[in-house]
Order: sequence, then C-alpha cells, then structure tokens
Amino acid sequence: MNVDATAGALAPEPRSEASVAELLHARRFGAWADAPGWLGALCTIDHKRVGRRFIVTAFGFFIAGGAVAGLMRLQLARPDSTLIGPDLYNQLFTVHGTTMMFVFAVPIMQAMGVYFVPLMLGARNIAFPRMNAYAYWVYLFGGAMLYVALVLNIGPDAGWFSYTPLAGPEYGVGKRSDFWAQLITFTEVSGLLVSIEIITTVFKLRAPGMTLNRMPLFVWAMLVTSFMIIFAMPAVMMASTSLILDRLVGTHFYNPAEGGDALLWQHLFWFFGHPEVYFIFLPGLGFVSMIVGAFAKRPVYGYVAIVLSLIATGFLSFGLWVHHMFATNVPELGKSFFTAASMVIAIPTATQIFCWIATLWTGRLVLRTPLYFILGFFFILVLGGLTGIMLSAVPLDLQIHDTFFVVAHLHYVLIGGAVFPLFGAFYYWFPKVTGRMLDETLGQWNFWLFFIGFNVAFFPMHILGLQGMPRRVYTYAAESGWGTLNLISSIGAAIIVVSVLLFIVNVARSVRSGTPAGANPWGASTLEWATESPPPPGNFHPPLAVGGREPLWEQEGIVGRVDGLKNDPPEVLVTTLLDALPHHRFAFPTPTLWPLIAAIATTVMFVSSIFTPWAVIWGTIPIAIALIAWFWPSREETEKHKRMERAP
Amino acid sequence: MHGAHFDYLPATQDILERVGAMETIATEGGYPLAAAALQFPLHEPVVASVLTDRALARLPLSNALHVELTAHQWWWQARYDDADPSRTFETANELHLPAGRPVLLTLHADDVIHSFWVPNLHGKKDLIPGRTATVAFRADATGTYRGQCAEFCGYQHANMALLVIAEPPERYELWAAAERTSAPQPTEPLAQRGQQVFLQSTCAMCHAIAGTPANGRRAPDLTHVASRRRIGAGTLPNDPVTLSAWISDPQRIKPGVNMPAHVLPGADLQALVAYLGTLK
Repeated sequence: MNVDATAGALAPEPRSEASVAELLHARRFGAWADAPGWLGALCTIDHKRVGRRFIVTAFGFFIAGGAVAGLMRLQLARPDSTLIGPDLYNQLFTVHGTTMMFVFAVPIMQAMGVYFVPLMLGARNIAFPRMNAYAYWVYLFGGAMLYVALVLNIGPDAGWFSYTPLAGPEYGVGKRSDFWAQLITFTEVSGLLVSIEIITTVFKLRAPGMTLNRMPLFVWAMLVTSFMIIFAMPAVMMASTSLILDRLVGTHFYNPAEGGDALLWQHLFWFFGHPEVYFIFLPGLGFVSMIVGAFAKRPVYGYVAIVLSLIATGFLSFGLWVHHMFATNVPELGKSFFTAASMVIAIPTATQIFCWIATLWTGRLVLRTPLYFILGFFFILVLGGLTGIMLSAVPLDLQIHDTFFVVAHLHYVLIGGAVFPLFGAFYYWFPKVTGRMLDETLGQWNFWLFFIGFNVAFFPMHILGLQGMPRRVYTYAAESGWGTLNLISSIGAAIIVVSVLLFIVNVARSVRSGTPAGANPWGASTLEWATESPPPPGNFHPPLAVGGREPLWEQEGIVGRVDGLKNDPPEVLVTTLLDALPHHRFAFPTPTLWPLIAAIATTVMFVSSIFTPWAVIWGTIPIAIALIAWFWPSREETEKHKRMERAP
Repeated sequence: MHGAHFDYLPATQDILERVGAMETIATEGGYPLAAAALQFPLHEPVVASVLTDRALARLPLSNALHVELTAHQWWWQARYDDADPSRTFETANELHLPAGRPVLLTLHADDVIHSFWVPNLHGKKDLIPGRTATVAFRADATGTYRGQCAEFCGYQHANMALLVIAEPPERYELWAAAERTSAPQPTEPLAQRGQQVFLQSTCAMCHAIAGTPANGRRAPDLTHVASRRRIGAGTLPNDPVTLSAWISDPQRIKPGVNMPAHVLPGADLQALVAYLGTLK
C-alpha cells in the first residue's frame, strides 16, 4: 500500500484520531448514530443500514435464483437430457419462480424504497424504524428457510403459483408445499410492514415545503406500489392460510370431493398475483423516471401524466387477474371483459414511455451506464408489452398460454421492466450509498453482455412457444425439433451469468477503490443528492425546507433549514399530508435488539407450524413476550416525550 | 412549444429543432398522438379477439361426436359416448376422430388440474377436478395431431401426450366398430400363457381388458392396446422391445409414474408381451 509521506507526517496519532472522530460523530449525530460494533449492527434501526442490508440480501437471492435457473438451462440445453430428473427439476423451477417473485423482486424494490424514499423526501429516518428492522429480519429468515428446504431436497415442487390440488394434501406429499406456503407468510408479513412504513413516511415525514405534487416520481411509484401491496396481499394471505389449513388440519377449502373448490385457489392467488407483477414493475418505472431526468439534464416531461399513469396502473392491475385463467371454464363474456382490461393497462404504460421519449429527445443526454440500462429497458419492455397485448386476446392466449411463449413474455416484462432499471439504479445510486463511483468500463461490459445475453436467452423462447413447447417440462423429445433453439437459449443464459459476475466484480472493486463521488456526482436534482455520500446517520443536519419539484436545480429549490430539532432524543418534524406544512415535533424510537428477537420468535412459530398446528398456539408466547418488551415504555423516555410533544 | 419547459437550463437551437420534429411527426400521421396511442392497443386487437372468439363459438354441433375425456396423472382416458349404451367404448391416450365432423369433448380430471391442448385443432381447455368443461372443434383435414397436457401436473407433466388421429368417416367407423368388440381370446400357446400371466399378476388390479376378468380402472384400458401407436401416454413407440422394457421398469423410463416395476421371469415377460401384441 502506498502511503503519502507528507500526509503521514502531518496526521496525528491514529489512535487519537479514531477516538476524536468517534467523539465528534457521537456529538454531531447524537442518538441517530448506532453503537459501534456488532451489537450496534444488530440493533440498528437506521433506514440506510437496514435498507442496504435488505438490498444486498435480496441481490443474494437474485444470484441464488439465477443459479437455479442456470441448472434448468443446463438440463434443457439438450433434448432427452437425463442430467436432472423430474423430481429435482420441479423443485428447481418452483424455487426459481418463487425466489424471483417473492424473495427477490418485491423485496428489492421495497428495499430500494426503504433506502431512498426517506432521503428523497428530506426525512431523517423511515417511519416505524423498529418495525422496518423487524421486517428485514423476518424476510431474511423466510428466504433462508426456502433454500434450506431446497438443499435438503424438500423444496417446494408445485410451481410458483402452487395450484391446488397439486399442492394440496392429497397430491402434494411431504412438507414441500408447506415450505412454499410458509415462505409466502414470511414475505407477506415483511411486505405489508414495509408498505405501511413507506406510506407513513410519504404522508407524514416529508421535508417542509415538499407538497405532494413536488414529490420525486420514484416516491410516487413506491407510494402507489405500497397501497397496492396492502390491498392485494390479503388475498394471497387468505389463500395460503387456507392451503396450510387444508394440509395441516384437514380442512377442505380446495378439495372438490368435500365441497371445496380447486378453482378458488386460482382466483385468490391471481387476484394477488397480477397486481404483484406491478409491485415489481412500478418501482422500476420510478427508477426510469429518476434516471431519465438526471441524464437528460431536464425535468421529466409530463410529471402529472406520469403520476396519474402510475395511479391508473395501480387500479387497473386489480382488474386483470382472470387473464391468467382463460383456459378454465370462465364465461365467454367475462373473458372479453378481462381482455379489454388487459389491453387498457397498456395505455398508462405507453403514456409514460412517450413522456420519457419526449424527455430524452429534448434533453442533453449524458451517455453513462445508468442511461444505457434505461435505453435497454425501452427496447425490451416494448417487446414484452407487445407480446402482452397478444396474450390478452383470448383465442391467441388459448394457444400460447402455458408455453415457452409466456415464459419469454414474462421475462421480457419483468427483466426488461424491472431488472434493467434496477441495474441502472444500482449504477446511479451506488455513489450515494458508498461514496464511490462504479467503474464505467466494467459497467459498459456489464450492460452489453446483459442486453445481448438476455435477448439470446429469451427471444428464442417466443419461437419455442409458438412451436408448441409447453412450459415446466423437465425434458423434451429429440424429434420435437426444439433442441437448437433451447441450446441457443442456454448459451444466452451463460452470457447473462458472465455479465452479472462482472457486476459483482465491479461492486467489489469500486467499494474499496472507486473514484470518490462527492455529494452529487451526476448533478441530479432530488434531495438525496443534497446530503453527503454516504449519508450520515439522521440524513440531514439540519433538515432542509423545499421550494420546488427539482430542489437542486431551481433557484428557489431549497428555501431554508429546519432549526431546533434535537439529536438526542432523535427528533423529527411531522408535516401535513398535502402541503407538508410543519405540524409537530416527534421523538423517534432508538435502536434496540427487540425487533431481531421478535423476528426470531416469529420464525420459530412459522417454521414449527409446518410440522404441527400446535406451534401456532405455543409459538405465540415468545412472540408476545418479545413484543411486550419491545413496546415497554421506560419512565425516562415517557418524561422526554411529555416535555417535548406539546401542541404548538 | 406546448409542454416543453426549460426552466432550469436555456434550450439550444438544436433541442428546439428536435421538439419541432417530434410535433411534426405527431400531426403528420393525421392523428393526434394520444388518439393514435389509444387506437392501437384498444381498438383493433379487441375487435379481432371478439370476432375470432365468436366464430369459434358458432361451430354447429347438431351431429357432433361426443367423447368424455378424463385426465389422470399422467394419461388420458377417453369414453366414446353413444345414445345406445351398449355401443359406448373406452380407450386411452389416442383419440380417433372422423374428419369433417364436429366433436364435443366433455372434460374431467381425476386427480389434479390438467389441460387439454392439441395445438393444430383447438386452443387449451383446463380439466379441473370437481368441474366439467367442454370443448368443441372439428378436424377439417385428416392426419395425426399431437396433443399434450399444458397445465403443470406433477412429475410426468412432460410425458403426457395425446395423439389425435383424424381419418375419413368410413375409416373412423371401422375403427370404432373394432373398439366396441371385446378382446380376442388368444389362440397361440405363448399368448395364452401371457394371458394367464396378466390375470394372475398385479396387472389386472389396475388395467382392464374387456372379455377377461381384468377390470381395473386405475390405469389405461388395454382391450385394444396393440392397435395404439405409442405407450406410456406418448412416451415410447409401441413395439415388443419397448413394451417389455416398460413393463419391467417403467420408473426408469418415466420416473414417478404410478405403474410399479414388475420383476417377471424372462419367459413370462415374453409371453405377456406376446399376449398384449394380440390385442389389436
């Protein structure tokens, strides 16, 4: 390691420097700062630490889910392959789908919200920060449970939408589908809690002056997504709970022989499952809006149109679920309604695409990696959207439903619509999170390999589907003639693997030795760029008051600072819902270990109840103890609150 | 310059020209941009979709052939219906249909959800336990059409094919007449021994052969198994070699299938295969 001699001579003793820094840190940030060491790390309720952890964990599951997909592509690369038998293959595709939908995509979008929504709003932390920590731990343990089950060869094997009766007690033998259903419970708990935090943060913790119509578009996307989660998740919660009851205590919700209904599952699941696609997609659109604005160096064209489109998508997405079920005996007229609704939802998405094209066309483009990913997004998403319109037409859908055409479509929409913007977002916000830039050359390689690999892997699947290859088959006969296209597809998958490995190398190198970024390396307009990189505990010292939609670009964008908020106890300013007028001071919770303990207790109950229904009874006792301890008010704290929380 | 605001940086001539070009394209097409955006996704595909659906639903069914198709893990059971109950008959994994005559399939599922899909004849229709669905279509050209289960149904979803053979009506009638007969009594000594093997081993517990005491209902009806082209729901061609491999160890060929392995002495196996070969 090279050490600059002069700098070494001028620097004080390392030991005293460290202790002085710690002292200054504590004085400057007061109770916002975590205790040092591993205890502080476990107790933390800082939305940035929890959010970073959330993002890294979800990305880890992305790698795991991708590795599982790689095994599937290995098996399908040749016809009549005997590499992987049906038993393992069924587990692999179930775990792949479940991971990507429940353990990667939704959580990582929420995690990005957990990290960036408070920063973009000028807030000092996320609302309900202890709940946030709890949501993370529950999510981590749930995801880990899925992979423990897979490694033990008891992974779920009925597909990521677990249709009954295949997943029911009669045909889903062993504990495999129970692990699936219980994973859903874990992700439900985590997803709902984070949604509540984000909505509350957006409504009550905005910087003074940040009226609703000045909020960054990503925040709007997360707000709409959070509401959708709150309305959609109860359906799958009911569905998975009844499935567990059928399997564990012998109820007959889905058993037609005893008056239940196998089709009920599909309605409940897709009433959640279709909006779920949009939980993943809308935050992706939010990333696009942010990056397009920053790299076209102008405000995004059509702010109001984009916001209304997001809200319209949120509503419409609840009216499409039956298009997953066109092959069941739904009445013809009913199908036509869902066809129309499925086509109508193209309009708000198209509106946004037109707004971004207008922005890019009239901007001065800075062609860096984040923007490349967004341009890739346009290409892929439009293709996926067009095949979506094809799928919404009943007669066509009945031919290509449940074939590789659908596999191609959903990957074009989800990877194009969410993963490309997500990688763009990684490159865009990495400097904010770490204080260092990601390497541009590696970024270009990352993008081009991903873009080419993606199209090589997934475009042939359209043709395979049209040639009649059903999805979820562990093998196919050589005489089917699907071998070549499948081989090409597997080669594409290998290119994606290389691309993602390059990204990991880029992150690992840049975290340590990337170019220092400074507060606002891209010259962007929103509030997260107004604080240091990485942002200090408590985010803004002091918090800012906002005067416009693009605070860092406008003359009057930052109109003042909020004085008089203490750091100990950590105080925040609660503002009004519409106009973000200062309303009252509020003392924030402080770090504690109880969310982790409560999450462990919850995990014990959830996992044990796979094996015995009585766990639901005795498992609540430790949870109750943990929650009581968590919420137990101390005399000292109550006094503080009483002194402070007075009506103005 | 409607909608283009440059509040934060002055717009260059270059940018203004691009904005102008964009507006020109929108107006040149004769549609305002928003109207064009609505027209494409809403209008044409919906109309096309509804018209196609209506055309499909108007197939006349007055002289339709009626078949009850029941899906099992992982095979297809077909019962050809007739007004005269004595003329109904049963087969498996292979449908013969008269070309040019409409067919009405009534769909049931015995265990989990399956989906009926013969791409060149009709779109998918799910077979759902506890529910009955119908699908009506007509094969206009003679030929062999491969169908396949299209809803994931467990281990052997990949090997659950259904062959549909559309033939001229007179050939279909010949086939149906043959199917209505009971299995011929074996005349060769080897086949006679094979019948004994069949009836005395576990085969008869699941399979039925009309004209013999074998009356199992859990597996494909074998009355005319030798007339079928493939075995194991499309998995293998139907010839003595594959048949004996299948009987000895079906799990190796179709892992997870509900048929157990049968360890028969070589001579018994040979006799059994010979007997099955007579079931034309």
